[in-house]
Amino acid sequence: MTIDRNAPPLLRVEDLARVFDVSKPWLARMIEREPRRFVKAVDGVSFSIAKGETFALVGESGSGKSTIARMVVGLIRPTRGRILFDNVDIADPGRTADVARLRRRFQMIFQDPFASLNPRFRVDAIIAEPLTAFGLMSDRAEIEARVADLLKLVRLDPADGRKYPHEFSGGQRQRIAIARALAANPEFIVCDEPTSALDVSVQAQVLNLMRDLQDEFGLTYLLITHNLAVVRHMADDVGVLYLGRLAEVAPTEELFARPRHPYTRMLLDAVPDLRPGGRPRRAITGEIPNPIDPPPGCTFHPRCPLADDRCRREAPGYTRDGGARVACHAVEEGRTETAPPAAFALA
Amino acid sequence: MAAADAVRAGRLRRALDSDLFYSFRRSPLTVVAAVVVLVIGLAALLAPWIAPTDPFDPSSLDLMDGKTPPLKPNEFTGHTFLLGTDDQGRDVFSAILYGARISLLVGFASVVVSMAIGIALGLLAGYRGGWVDSVIMRVADVQLTFPDLLVALMIFGIARGALPIAAQEHMAIPVLILSIGIAKWPQYARTVRGVTMVERGKDYVQAARVVGLPAGKIMRRHILPNVLGPVLVIATLGLSLAIITEATLSFLGVGVPPTSPSLGTLLRIGQEYIASGEWWILFFPAIALVAIALSVNLLGDWLRDALNPRLR
Repeated sequence: MTIDRNAPPLLRVEDLARVFDVSKPWLARMIEREPRRFVKAVDGVSFSIAKGETFALVGESGSGKSTIARMVVGLIRPTRGRILFDNVDIADPGRTADVARLRRRFQMIFQDPFASLNPRFRVDAIIAEPLTAFGLMSDRAEIEARVADLLKLVRLDPADGRKYPHEFSGGQRQRIAIARALAANPEFIVCDEPTSALDVSVQAQVLNLMRDLQDEFGLTYLLITHNLAVVRHMADDVGVLYLGRLAEVAPTEELFARPRHPYTRMLLDAVPDLRPGGRPRRAITGEIPNPIDPPPGCTFHPRCPLADDRCRREAPGYTRDGGARVACHAVEEGRTETAPPAAFALA
Repeated sequence: MAAADAVRAGRLRRALDSDLFYSFRRSPLTVVAAVVVLVIGLAALLAPWIAPTDPFDPSSLDLMDGKTPPLKPNEFTGHTFLLGTDDQGRDVFSAILYGARISLLVGFASVVVSMAIGIALGLLAGYRGGWVDSVIMRVADVQLTFPDLLVALMIFGIARGALPIAAQEHMAIPVLILSIGIAKWPQYARTVRGVTMVERGKDYVQAARVVGLPAGKIMRRHILPNVLGPVLVIATLGLSLAIITEATLSFLGVGVPPTSPSLGTLLRIGQEYIASGEWWILFFPAIALVAIALSVNLLGDWLRDALNPRLR
């Protein structure tokens, strides 16, 4: 699929931040003389997604990727920053009326299809909920027909609508969740780890369905995942999150061909290379630090092989490099031993 | 409507095949309790047709019939009564049937009142959280520090004081229902709040929020059905407590008016004669009360265990 890079983005996120108050209750705090505690779950994240494109956010657990997803669909209010959907700031509390109208145009697919479908609702009621909630349809026959179409769209039998969610497998349930997300004809879908709760054998099936639907309806996806294979299969652009900040944003092909940020490299090195004579797999070292008191300077420095004094003192800004945007002092200073591919070195 | 009949038959078959019905059949004690509740409930419901006399109609009473022992003809009038009569010549059997009617009515209605208040406030507290939750739950905590009976007495007293004298007589039962109902809402609110907080975090509720469903609708459509199971259990157990509370209030003389006695009123009347040998005036109403409360309680216990997946 070709993407018009000059088209105005459908979604633009600017300097998004979310701070969670994790303090103990007031009384306990007074007695134990503890200060209030805050977690910066997301800090200064910016990216944009063009219409029809898929943008993937990757990161370890606790990197803030789900928080971003939930802010984009309005489940959590951002502490700072703007979320522009079709040039309307949906995070602006002064524009709730506009946002209510825009809401129909974006939807979400959740990680666990066992939790995201109400066990007491029949499948047709689950899928019909957006239709009635947005007031798109009220005629029963019309709704029934639409639900049947949606079930066919996700390769299920329209007769399945009379069943309950527990009568379906994980992959089928996720397809029901996709049908619900599509019910109101959205343009933009946030997919929060849509396949990580599924068996490997059905992951590809769900992902391919998502791609087919994208082609058919020109959907725009924000894909949250920790699986690099999924990123490669699905995404046009990738943002690598580390402790609530974007370490690197790059077009997918470029990111896999030439990872710039040391963290991105570490993630890619951890993927086993199954070709004969492939490079040995290197495990990721260290753990993601506690976000309540993150390390000073660049938050990645305790795990970074390239860290120096500046990294320990000063948080890096973004450096543009080709199609990529990287937050790393080493990249900025050209200190990376840009391990060149063999062919490149010979030329 | 053959199709509708088929659906109904299917539903009945499903109900009879269900785990709940299976565990019901497997527990003889529960079956006995259910039968007792059913018999007493039906008898109370059909009291005007079953009872030999109308104990609420003073003109039908004959003082000469007073204090007749059970199954013995009265020495003056020659009338025989199954369970004897009280001092006014009121047939104890009829009085129990009519009394159980009032006890069950007040019990059911007050449970409905506490359920309504408790579910509404519990959903609100659990779903909204924050200061709404704090305010509602602190009020509940404060109320829980007082015994139910004291709270009910207080509300009853205030309501009686606020009502004009003329209205007091026929408003007595609604006021009683309201005071017992209000006295017992915190237990429901706590349970509902707990379940709501768990359900609120689940993704299907988040999905409903993404669709822009208003909070009230999410609570009603998505959370309420999940709350009803545990509420049904405390409601059943609460029913026997409410019946006993009503009996206690009536025993203390603040409940229903003496012209339309409930089981508690009968106990109060009866206890005056226990020392003088007229035991039946106290004994039979007491047995009826114990039978109702115990059976309902047993049903509640069974329901609690049957709905608890960890005990299966």
